[in-house]
Amino acid sequence: MENYFEAGLEELRQKLLTMASHAETAVNQALQALLQRDYELALRVKENDRVIDQFEVEIDELVIHLLTKAPLASNLRLVTIAMKISQNLERIGDEAAKIAKRARDLSGEAPVKINLDLPRLARMALDMLKRALDAFVNRDSAAARALIPRDKDVDALNKEIHHALAQHMVDNPDTIGRCLHLMVVSKSLERIADHAKNVAEDIVYLYEAQDIRHPGAKSAAPVNEPA
Amino acid sequence: MLETARQALLTPPESKAAGGPALAVRGLSVFFGRQAAVKNVSVDIATRAVTAIIGPSGCGKSTFLRALNRMHELNPEARMEGEIRLFGDDIYSRHVEAVAVRRRIGMVFQKSNPFPTMSIAENVTVGLRLNGIRNRKILAERAERTLRMAALWDEVKDRLHAPAISLSGGQQQRLCIARALAVQPEVLLMDEPASALDPLATSKIEDLIVQLKKDYTIVIVTHNMQQAARASDFTAFFYLGELVEFGPTAKIFTSPSQKQTEDYVTGRFG
Repeated sequence: MENYFEAGLEELRQKLLTMASHAETAVNQALQALLQRDYELALRVKENDRVIDQFEVEIDELVIHLLTKAPLASNLRLVTIAMKISQNLERIGDEAAKIAKRARDLSGEAPVKINLDLPRLARMALDMLKRALDAFVNRDSAAARALIPRDKDVDALNKEIHHALAQHMVDNPDTIGRCLHLMVVSKSLERIADHAKNVAEDIVYLYEAQDIRHPGAKSAAPVNEPA
Repeated sequence: MLETARQALLTPPESKAAGGPALAVRGLSVFFGRQAAVKNVSVDIATRAVTAIIGPSGCGKSTFLRALNRMHELNPEARMEGEIRLFGDDIYSRHVEAVAVRRRIGMVFQKSNPFPTMSIAENVTVGLRLNGIRNRKILAERAERTLRMAALWDEVKDRLHAPAISLSGGQQQRLCIARALAVQPEVLLMDEPASALDPLATSKIEDLIVQLKKDYTIVIVTHNMQQAARASDFTAFFYLGELVEFGPTAKIFTSPSQKQTEDYVTGRFG
C-alpha cells in the first residue's frame, strides 16, 4: 500500500529539484547571453523566470498541504526547509533575470574594454549553487558545510570587480552606463552565491537538525518549554 | 490517621521547592508474571510541567503511568522493582499506604467514569466526603473552585445537582479531572484523557492541561503525537518496555536523537 504522505514528500523533493535545475539553467544562460552578447537568449531567460516563479507557488501550496498532515522530526524539517529553499531558488531566478536584462541592454552597445574576472565570479557562484543542490540530493550535510566559506571568496572578488569598474568609470566617463550594467551583474552573481550559502545552511539543518546560521545568535526557548 | 488525612485535604497543597523533580524514577521495572512490561526505566518528572509519554501500543507507557500511583498493586500478577520518589518520599515504602499515595498522585482515565448515581457536585466532592468532610460550605466552595479549575464551572453552575451522566463526553472527562483535583493532589496522571473525545472537546482538555501545569505536575499518556506536541513540555518515548528517549518536547518532535524515536514520530512504525 502506498503511503500517501511519503508520496507527497517525494513529490516535494522532485519539484524542488526541478525548480533548482531551472534556476541553475537560468543563471548559466544569463551569463552566456552576457558573454556572447546574445540578445535573443537574454530575452528567453527573462521570459523563463515565470516558470521558476510558478514552481515557488506550487511548492508553497504543496508545503501547506503537507503541513496539514502535521509532519514531525525529519519530515517536519524537510517540509519547512523546502519552503525556504524554494524561496532562495526563486530569488536566484530573479537575479538571473536581472543579469539577462543587463545582457540584453549591453548586447546593443560596444563592449567595455576592461579585463574583468566576471567569468570566474560566475563560475564560483554557479559552483556553490551546484554543490548546494548536490548536497541536497546526496543528503550530504558535510558537503553543504564545506561550501559555506566559499561565499567570502565570492564577496572579495565582487568587491575587486566593483573597484576595477569604479576606476574604469573615473578614467572613461563615456563607459559609465555600461560599467553600471556590469556592476549590477557582478552584484547579482554575489547575491546568487549568498542564496546558495543560505540553501547550504538549510541543508545542514535538514540533515543534522543544527541551525548554523548567524553564529552566536541564541534561539528563543520553545514556547512549550517551562521557564 | 483519618484526622490527619482530613486535615491534609483541607489545607492547600504544600508549595514544593522549585528545581527538583516532582517524581524521581530509578531503575523501574514492572513484571506481569515473568514478562517485563517496563524495563529498568529511570527518569525525572519535572515539577509544574507536562510530561507526555508516547510509544506504540504495548510499549509499556500505561504500565509505567500506573506504576506512578501504585495501581499495579490491584493486580496480583504484577511485580515491581526499582524506586519512585515523590518530592523525595519513597511512594513504595512499607510505611506508606497506597491510598495515601493516590491522594497525592491523582489519575484520570481514558474513558470518563463519573459515578452515575451521583450529581455533578457530588462527583466532585466524593473524595472529600469519603474522608469525613461534611461541612456543606467547605464542600460547596471546593466544588466551585475545582470545577472552575477544570474549566467546567460556567457550563454546569446552574445544574450542579443534575446527574453527572447528563453531561457530554467532554464535560464528563473534565468532571473527572475536577474530581481528581478536589483532593488537592501534587501530581495528575492522565491515561489518554482525550482519545474518546471529538476535536473541540479534545482542544478544551488540552487547554486545561496547559492551564493546570501552573499548579500541578502532569504526566499524560497519549497516542496522539500532535497532542503531545501541543500540550507537553517534555516527552518520553517508550518502545518494547524501554525508555528510548526523553527530552524537551520541541527537541523530540523536531530532531530526536534516537533513530527509533525518529521512525516512530514520522510514522514509519507503530
